[in-house]
Amino acid sequence: MELYSFTIHELQEKLKSGEASSRQIVDSVFSRIDAVEERVHSYIRLMKEDALTAAAIADENIKNGDIRPLTGIPVALKDIVCTQGIPTTCGSHILHNFVPPYDATVVQKLRDAGAVFVGKTNMDEFAMGSSTETSYFGPTRNPWDLDRIPGGSSGGSASAVAADECIASIGSDTGGSIRQPAALCGIVGMKPTYGRVSRFGLIAFASSLDQIGPFTKDVEDCAIMMNALAGYDPRESTSVRAEVPDYRQFIGRDINGWRIGIPKEYYVDGIDPEVSMAVKIAIEVIEKCGGQIVDISLPHTPYCLAVYYIIAPAEASSNLARYDGVKYGFRAAEARDLMDMYKKTRMQGFGPEVKRRIMIGTYALSAGYYDAYYGKASQVRALIRRDFDEAFKKCDVILTPTTPTPAFKIGEKTDDPLQMYLSDIFTISTNLAGIPGISVPCGYTRTGLPIGVQFLAGHFEEGKLLQVASAYEKNAAIEKRRPTL
Amino acid sequence: MEFETVIGLEVHAQMLTDTKIFCNCSTKFGGAPNSHACPVCLGMPGVLPVLNKKVVEFAMKMALATNCTINPANSFARKNYFYPDLPKGYQISQFAYPIAEHGHIWLEANGRKRKIGITRIHMEEDAGKLIHDENQPASYVDLNRTGVPLIEIVSEPDMRSPEEAAEYLKRLHEILVYLEICDGNMEEGSFRCDANVSIRPRDQHEFGTRAELKNMNSFRNVQRALEYEVKRQQYLVENGQAVIQETRLWDDAQGVTNPMRSKEEAHDYRYFPDPDLVPVVVDGAWVEEIRAGMPELPLVRRERFIHDYQIPAYDAGVLTAEKALADYYEDVVKLCGKPKQASNWVMGDVLRFLNEEKRDIRSCPITAGALADMIRLIEEGTISGKMAKDVIDEMYRTGKSPQEIIEERGLVQITDEGALAATIAGIIDASPGQVKEYRSGKEKIFGFFVGQVMKATQGKANPKLVNDLLKKMLAGS
Amino acid sequence: MKLSTSDVEYVAKLARLEVTEPEKEMFTAQLNDILLYIDKLNELDTTGVAPMTHAIAVQNAFREDKVLESLGTKKALANAPDARGEFFRVPKVIE
Repeated sequence: MELYSFTIHELQEKLKSGEASSRQIVDSVFSRIDAVEERVHSYIRLMKEDALTAAAIADENIKNGDIRPLTGIPVALKDIVCTQGIPTTCGSHILHNFVPPYDATVVQKLRDAGAVFVGKTNMDEFAMGSSTETSYFGPTRNPWDLDRIPGGSSGGSASAVAADECIASIGSDTGGSIRQPAALCGIVGMKPTYGRVSRFGLIAFASSLDQIGPFTKDVEDCAIMMNALAGYDPRESTSVRAEVPDYRQFIGRDINGWRIGIPKEYYVDGIDPEVSMAVKIAIEVIEKCGGQIVDISLPHTPYCLAVYYIIAPAEASSNLARYDGVKYGFRAAEARDLMDMYKKTRMQGFGPEVKRRIMIGTYALSAGYYDAYYGKASQVRALIRRDFDEAFKKCDVILTPTTPTPAFKIGEKTDDPLQMYLSDIFTISTNLAGIPGISVPCGYTRTGLPIGVQFLAGHFEEGKLLQVASAYEKNAAIEKRRPTL
Repeated sequence: MEFETVIGLEVHAQMLTDTKIFCNCSTKFGGAPNSHACPVCLGMPGVLPVLNKKVVEFAMKMALATNCTINPANSFARKNYFYPDLPKGYQISQFAYPIAEHGHIWLEANGRKRKIGITRIHMEEDAGKLIHDENQPASYVDLNRTGVPLIEIVSEPDMRSPEEAAEYLKRLHEILVYLEICDGNMEEGSFRCDANVSIRPRDQHEFGTRAELKNMNSFRNVQRALEYEVKRQQYLVENGQAVIQETRLWDDAQGVTNPMRSKEEAHDYRYFPDPDLVPVVVDGAWVEEIRAGMPELPLVRRERFIHDYQIPAYDAGVLTAEKALADYYEDVVKLCGKPKQASNWVMGDVLRFLNEEKRDIRSCPITAGALADMIRLIEEGTISGKMAKDVIDEMYRTGKSPQEIIEERGLVQITDEGALAATIAGIIDASPGQVKEYRSGKEKIFGFFVGQVMKATQGKANPKLVNDLLKKMLAGS
Repeated sequence: MKLSTSDVEYVAKLARLEVTEPEKEMFTAQLNDILLYIDKLNELDTTGVAPMTHAIAVQNAFREDKVLESLGTKKALANAPDARGEFFRVPKVIE
């Protein structure tokens, strides 16, 4: 087995025992990248030289006994987190040449934990999309079927882990952008509680929904990554000063007597039959683990998508106003005057999906419509959160499908925004309520496409998610397949 | 037709903090362009604002000083519009939930008190500076000022004349400076004012259409602009023309207001709660802590001065116009125990020196202690009031203590009765003619003798003693 | 609520986006689809429901008033498409 195919915790053992060096692991990952990247296109930018330097330092540190949670482990970063001195594009033409003079807090934290950065991964432009097709740098392909999308918006981070182009990666999740691609690429992806992982240096899409989280090959790696990522950050006002437990302690614990909520609103028409089947089997596995199935209701579920498609674009329309061709990034040539410069820069700098959302958001906030749209949506959002508060009185965690379908074909939904938006139907409510969620592989379709199951828990209950996900992972014993590339 | 003027003012006051409202950049005026800028105030992608606590505390002080109700939960909103001096494409301000509302201050004119309502006070960030190129179709952006903390104080339309508006501004300015939360510098833009003005027939209840006036950078200009605008509106109405609602700029050189030329696009600021900032929750304990740390306000202090120190209202007004001056005065009084004399010296000589050099009381070379010493020396008779005039002049120039100066110049009054009597005897002997005149009842000539004595003693003789001795000795007894 | 092409023009101007005629048509149709979908929120009675503007209720996040080093003019301008001297340069503002 090649080094690139191992998990973090497996590689840690090899590094500690001297069986492998960080340099060897990094070389292995880059050889894999050389072999498959042209077909998958997970990355916008590779950082090979930086990675080799970091690997050398890691090996030196290991020799000196300084071994941290991620020492020497190749990790990929979604190109939405700012990296000092390294271009950060957010998948957009308008930022194609932007070089941040600062690191995102998570980048600092990962570096402090010893991680070696492999590169910046591809994504939907400004994280607006569910397929990684809206990237200015071209689409990413699903390693399990190159004609299909990897999901999005963090498609590159998901495909990079699935295709062994890194050991773990980070993405951001505004309406499902970690969990949905994790499910479609057959890996583990977690969206932590809002405020748990710092957003400082995360390029904003919808500030009240955005959250950074990890993609990993298994649940234990997810816990390792969460240990490195979580924590209060004084540079973010919405960061929460809640105690961060050692997430590894939840791995391997049983879930005897846990109440597992099954929301009736999530098992409706329109779900792919194979997805339905896989999730039904997952529920049976959970019962065998000692979980007790409880029927629950999240009555405002049918309104989540509508609420999301007001709040996210409204915030985005404001967050993206700073891309005006004045301070950084792209500026259109030959403008008659300031107004002309603004309009041309933004017309040429943004892709159609971003423009569409800016338009919706601007309209929803404009004079005369605020109450009907943003105001109303914020009220319904409160009701959605209340649904979850009520539900978690009756159960410990909630189990749902992560996505209604497996990965769809590239180009299949690009002309129908509403259909595209519907692929996030099971993940959006989590962001609206601010609660954590995790997607874990739960099987394959007959054609070999991965399917994911999602667990949700109350605020700051990531530990519970890791515990149930790890118990499920162990007992489901899904066949360990790798995409054939 | 008799018209009534209706004026409301919006004042922007820069808070005297070391750093900007949402980042750790310096607020210092006059740095190299774009040098006081960081990723946060440059509006770079992914960075986040964190509120400067001092700005909240300063805004609370102003709220208490203007009798406002502090909102126990207030929050920030985004005001969205595009302009090159606004790097994020939105200004962070307070909209639906300002920090304070429903206040008032009192104005006093001709012994009459008038209450002016304060609608609201809110915190916000300042924009940058745009410099237009004279020769090229381009502008230059300096973002040093971006994110500098401001509070906006919005009044009710309670003022009825330009003078009253100017008076209101002065009071507001005085309070801000007193609280030491704003330097009040109008040239540097630390204290800016926009005015809404309309007129209406005296018996009409509804407001007339208002114009918003901008670009007035001194109290005097505010008053001039308002006076002009009132005349302009009266002229329009009397000629059957309508006043239109618009923004007008004051042209100082021409002494007129002109409509702002930019096409006023219907403002659609798309305000919404800023998701990156969290509510500011103010409890009673915090309010009390702020209240306890507040200085005595000018109006209260003025009345205390009149009452406690028995000085005229005018003097009290001058002395309390500036907190540092009032503090100085009170220090002098405390040290010498002579409030009236202290007032005379501070208002007379000290302020004259300072005004001549446009200096601030805080940098006055005469310390309160030195001035008190000087007053004491006069009271004790060590020097005369006339000598003191020379002494204080040198104190100001050199910063020396009065004792030092008196010693160096040998200025000590002659109070030795025997020595002085001998001098006087000599003068009487040398002036038989004048003595005769005096004794025949021509008392006016007494001045001659005083002059002679002063001349002989180089002005050092104690005037009272000279008087007493002369009278006695000239009487011939 | 039905959005017209002139509404789209107005919104595009507010958002500083230049839109071509075909884009205008496309946006009008797509935005109307989305708005129609969103209209289902009106089925809900939300009278008296306090709006939720943050995912988690945090309050009073403050910073001390302490000066830290700024970027400096050179770094501040490093990404600028048109830096002139110590300034960002922009085309003139038409008044």
